Amino acid sequence: MDKLKKLWCDVRKNRDCYLMLAPFMILFVIFTIVPVIMSLPVGFTNFNMAQPPEFVGFDNYINLFLSDKVFTKAIRVTIIFAVITGPVSYMICFLLAWLIDGLPKKLRSIFTLIFYIPSMANVYTVWKIIFSGDMNGWLNSTLIEWGFIQSPVQWLTDSRYVLGVTITVQLWLSLGAGFLALSAGFRNIDRNLYEVAYIEGMDSKLQELVYIVIPSMKPQMLFAGVMQIVSSFTAGTVAQELVGFPSTDYKAHTIMTHAYDYGWVRWEMGYASAICTVLFIAMYVCNKVISRLFKE
Amino acid sequence: MVKTNKQKAGNIITALLLIILGAFMFLPIYLTIVMSLKPQEELFIFPPKLYTLRPTLDNFSSMFDILDNNRVPFSRYLFNSIAVTFTVTFSQCVFVSMGAFVLAKCRFPFSKLINSVIVTSLLYQSNVIYIMQYAVMSKMGIIDNPLALILPSIASPMGLFLMKQSISQMPDSIIESAKIDGAGLFRICWQIVIPNQKPALMTLIIFAFQASWNMQGGSLVFQEQYKTLPTVITQISTTGIARAGETMAASVFMLIPPVIVFMLTQSQVIDTMAHSGIKR
Repeated sequence: MDKLKKLWCDVRKNRDCYLMLAPFMILFVIFTIVPVIMSLPVGFTNFNMAQPPEFVGFDNYINLFLSDKVFTKAIRVTIIFAVITGPVSYMICFLLAWLIDGLPKKLRSIFTLIFYIPSMANVYTVWKIIFSGDMNGWLNSTLIEWGFIQSPVQWLTDSRYVLGVTITVQLWLSLGAGFLALSAGFRNIDRNLYEVAYIEGMDSKLQELVYIVIPSMKPQMLFAGVMQIVSSFTAGTVAQELVGFPSTDYKAHTIMTHAYDYGWVRWEMGYASAICTVLFIAMYVCNKVISRLFKE
Repeated sequence: MVKTNKQKAGNIITALLLIILGAFMFLPIYLTIVMSLKPQEELFIFPPKLYTLRPTLDNFSSMFDILDNNRVPFSRYLFNSIAVTFTVTFSQCVFVSMGAFVLAKCRFPFSKLINSVIVTSLLYQSNVIYIMQYAVMSKMGIIDNPLALILPSIASPMGLFLMKQSISQMPDSIIESAKIDGAGLFRICWQIVIPNQKPALMTLIIFAFQASWNMQGGSLVFQEQYKTLPTVITQISTTGIARAGETMAASVFMLIPPVIVFMLTQSQVIDTMAHSGIKR
């Protein structure tokens, strides 16, 4: 009872904080928290949107891991995808943001725009034409012109290339949020720090990176890390738009594509929801590990 | 500062790296622009050219023709898009900034819990959420109403996370001294903290603008007079090389406003710390 009273006292003392947080929180609860909570139990049901959900316990999860062969493939593809695109694109984001930061203002704006523009455009059509399987495809016609290949390669349907093509486009698209946040972070570093360090005799870019940049950029780096986890684990749209759905031999079939398949194609929302929950747990663990790394 | 040879070499490597990566990033966009300017017959030339012989705005005018052929004039869609985008961007910046400031700099009961809920919600991606969101909105009676496009986009957990991370870097001493001078939290937020967070705020504006400008609202709003541009463009655009010109024209057209906003916000991002007089 006493504890409750103390809490209430604390809450009243911080009334202003709650007031300022309220507009965001009200909308956040209504449009994010409530739907999330409502969707949690769906994974334990059979739900086809037409009839009321029917409780089936852990059946969905058991089926998922024991009898769904495509899901096993999807896990593999997702892991390959996440392991390649996640770290690589994170490092590219960081490197580019860092390089750009040293440029004069005009050049900096131009390069930031060039690296960010893919995230703003709807570009699947152009990639489809670049990788198009006939001789009209840009890549094919270029390679034929230069004599590397004799006949056009089926980039988007040949099971050997599907994953590679998808990863390339994903990398191209993935600079987005992380890159912009990191370059904003670089703008926030106190310029005096560099001068002081210069006077103190620091002479290499590497030292600058270790002693100034990383310590002052931790919050932005964590943000970029989380965004990278989200985008690399939930990648699926790129594959669907580019190499079709389902992709040849399920070579670019990620967990998210699998969830899309069951959710929007077969209308088995219970099963789709179970898939998403598994993905969420994987991302949550990954996030915990990365946050731990940043705290140290 | 005298440049050493080592530094010169470093600069050259930097420049080369930026140019190569920049070319890779920009090439598809360049191709989109070129294709939107190509006349129909040039789309089939083999091998495809990296430039166009007779640039034309035909694709654009035929795109506008198709858009104007609906029961509602093109200008109505444009107006809807601008209204939705502006409302979302403005409210998101205001709400998110206040929330982020409080969560980053004040300690109060449940603040830790709220923080972790927001980050965790970023990770929960499920297609069932959209259905439940739809259910919530239909309970509120805002389906087929522009509010269905606006309200859910305002409280962006990503935006809040971004701002919170950036604000958390500000030294506490500034806020403390403002408190001692008698400023309330609201004033501290808008007069001291946010003006010092220009890089993050401009990033937030870009995210919000771009997300709401490109938002597909097809399943939320059905009346023609409430639809926004992306929805209508998805309706009319078909893939395939024959219609590629118009599709590219639409992509280029949709890209122009975000690029303008991007340029405007970037020019605002000056070296804030150097001007703000904050010393750690």
